[in-house]
Amino acid sequence: MEIFKAENIQKKYGNFSALSDVSLTVSQGCIYGLLGPNGAGKTTLIRIINQIFAPDKGELYYKGRKMIANDVLDIGYLPEERGLYKKMKVREQVLYLARLKGLSRTDANERLKYWFEKFEIMGWSDKKVEDLSKGMSQKLQFIVTVIHNPTFLIFDEPFSGFDPINATLIRDEILELRDNGATIIFSTHNMGSVEELCDNISLINKSKCILEGDVHDIKKHFKSDIYEVSFHGDFTKVKDSLHLKFDILEHKIVRDINYIRVKMLNQHTDNELLSLISPHVHITSFNEVFPSMNEIFIKVVEASNQN
Amino acid sequence: MNKIWLITQREFLTRIRKRSFIIMSILGPLLIAGFFASMFYMAVSEDTNVKKIAVVDETSILLNKITNTKYLKFEYVPMAKLPMLKKTLNQTDYYGILHIMPMAAYSPGGVQFYSFHEPGLSVVQYIASSIEKEFRIQKLLKYNISNLQNILKSVDSSTKISVETIKLSESGGEKLTDKGVKMSVAYISSLLIYMFILMYGSQVMRGVIEEKSSRIVEVIISSVKPFQLMMGKVIGIALTALTQFTIWIVLSVLFTALVKSAFMPDLTPAQIGAQPQNLMQATHGVTTVIHQSPQINPELANAFDTLKKIDFYTMIGSFIFYFFAGYLLYASLFAAIGAAVDNETDTQQFAIPITLPLIIGIVVMINAFQNPDSSMAFWFSMIPFTSPIVMMARIAYGVPYYEVLISMSLLTITFIGAIWFAGKIYRTGILMYGNKISFKVIYRWLKYKN
Repeated sequence: MEIFKAENIQKKYGNFSALSDVSLTVSQGCIYGLLGPNGAGKTTLIRIINQIFAPDKGELYYKGRKMIANDVLDIGYLPEERGLYKKMKVREQVLYLARLKGLSRTDANERLKYWFEKFEIMGWSDKKVEDLSKGMSQKLQFIVTVIHNPTFLIFDEPFSGFDPINATLIRDEILELRDNGATIIFSTHNMGSVEELCDNISLINKSKCILEGDVHDIKKHFKSDIYEVSFHGDFTKVKDSLHLKFDILEHKIVRDINYIRVKMLNQHTDNELLSLISPHVHITSFNEVFPSMNEIFIKVVEASNQN
Repeated sequence: MNKIWLITQREFLTRIRKRSFIIMSILGPLLIAGFFASMFYMAVSEDTNVKKIAVVDETSILLNKITNTKYLKFEYVPMAKLPMLKKTLNQTDYYGILHIMPMAAYSPGGVQFYSFHEPGLSVVQYIASSIEKEFRIQKLLKYNISNLQNILKSVDSSTKISVETIKLSESGGEKLTDKGVKMSVAYISSLLIYMFILMYGSQVMRGVIEEKSSRIVEVIISSVKPFQLMMGKVIGIALTALTQFTIWIVLSVLFTALVKSAFMPDLTPAQIGAQPQNLMQATHGVTTVIHQSPQINPELANAFDTLKKIDFYTMIGSFIFYFFAGYLLYASLFAAIGAAVDNETDTQQFAIPITLPLIIGIVVMINAFQNPDSSMAFWFSMIPFTSPIVMMARIAYGVPYYEVLISMSLLTITFIGAIWFAGKIYRTGILMYGNKISFKVIYRWLKYKN
């Protein structure tokens, strides 16, 4: 079931087109990656979803109906540029922002207690934000984003500024939120975390959506019939037997194990490849190589820039 | 609405808890009390000392022509004594030496006054007018008008004029007015409006810049509309201003009462209220109240009556209206500036066009005291950017209701327009960073949809 849908969104700033005809569908309970080079229009799209801007054209749907103003109370948004009132005390600040999201004072207090205990930061309550370290205020920012129990979350570069321990902590929190039924839009330049976390992605370049879909489907779509095989034995025999049917792209030996990358030529199959190699050597692994999201990103964006 | 209220609360609470707010709240009334204290001091102590002044008259016209008063005694000394006197002035009991040079009647700077203390304005004025009067007579004498002395005497005695201003109202009744009291009421209320608009308007601007540069703004406007954030801030700061204002009034009354009991234990409140009048008169030279005794002057008592006669409900009502409407007009413009720039140093080019009308307002206001019904005072009390200051000055003198009504309506329309205009710039500006902002860019923002 889809929780959010954007249809043919268009947004212009004067003569500059920030988004043209962008559509995307986010299904309930998934982590949706919003990718694209700097200046592609991601932030504009995120701000439109948060109703900070209204689109010039196009329609937004939330939970099956047209989006209304109060839907922002159900959304948690962590902007890329983090910000809190520097002179305000931690506890006061969190309560204030929670109440702006529509929580009553009692609910806000209760939720604050839950999250402060979970992150073990009760001791910070009366500190001013300007006295916190960067990592500490990032944690606080995360709490502010999720304190009102939103069912739809938008994280813009959530891991930036975190050390590996805290980054893992936040990643686990995001996954827990997802497991508890929240839907997450996740915008990042870190392709590693896209592969790790995202179910679906949308790639935006120069105001247009140039790629959308399931991460596995996309990878399958961009695979180029390359296999990686590792084995013990004589490389020359393998080389001879693959002649004309498969093209060996790469060969290396690491600690007595041969690694080769082969590209299939014509209509040969992976079974054929196996049967050609296995009589001569002892195979230790056999994988089809899928392109990394990083490679796909660069390939697709470069192709779209040339058009 | 609920969200605007939440924002208002935060703005208000964080501001009144600031150390600077508390300091200002106490310091302001102290300054006011100090002002009154110095006035009392001048009124009480200055004139009661008898000052003996040595007069060296080289024209020999003025001998015994400058009459002694209760506190000023003139003694004529020969020219030969002058150099000696100058050297030993502090050993004599003379307060100062008045040196009138031979050609004094025809050359500026021909009259000099030497003293160890800066003589009061009233002393100088008295001496100047006495000499002037005598010189005038001497010049008239040259025309050989027969019987001049008698003519002058009769002219002098029949032209003792103190202007009692009586204002006619439409209903035909006559209101006795006193310019001095009205002037101080008008002056204080205009000045307060000017001060608060400038002080708290720029606080709005700084608040917006703070939110923008700390980037909290994006978090907040994902919960509330930019317009709500802006209005919450503007209202919150208005409440802060109102709180400070109330504290000032309460503390001022308190401090002034303390000052009063310290300087003039036997003075009644009526005379305290009347004090500013004398200051005004002295500085503006409307009438020469010089040898004012510390005992209660009937004029002082009258002044307090006048204070009571000014239509206070109209005054207070219009004060509150112009205070808030003027504040809303300027605060929203200040908010727009704050949203347009990245940091405070960039505010200059935009702040000047906004503060300029305020300063013009003050200049026109001072003029309006002399002539509250001049066409300049009229027009500037209609123009919304200056009307809060100028109209407040005029209102104390009594302004036709329809004029006030027109001025108020124009101001209302303008501040609503300003809020709308500021809202448009605000919502675009607060998320724009690193742009080189010019009026052209702002004009473009106005055309953006949402």
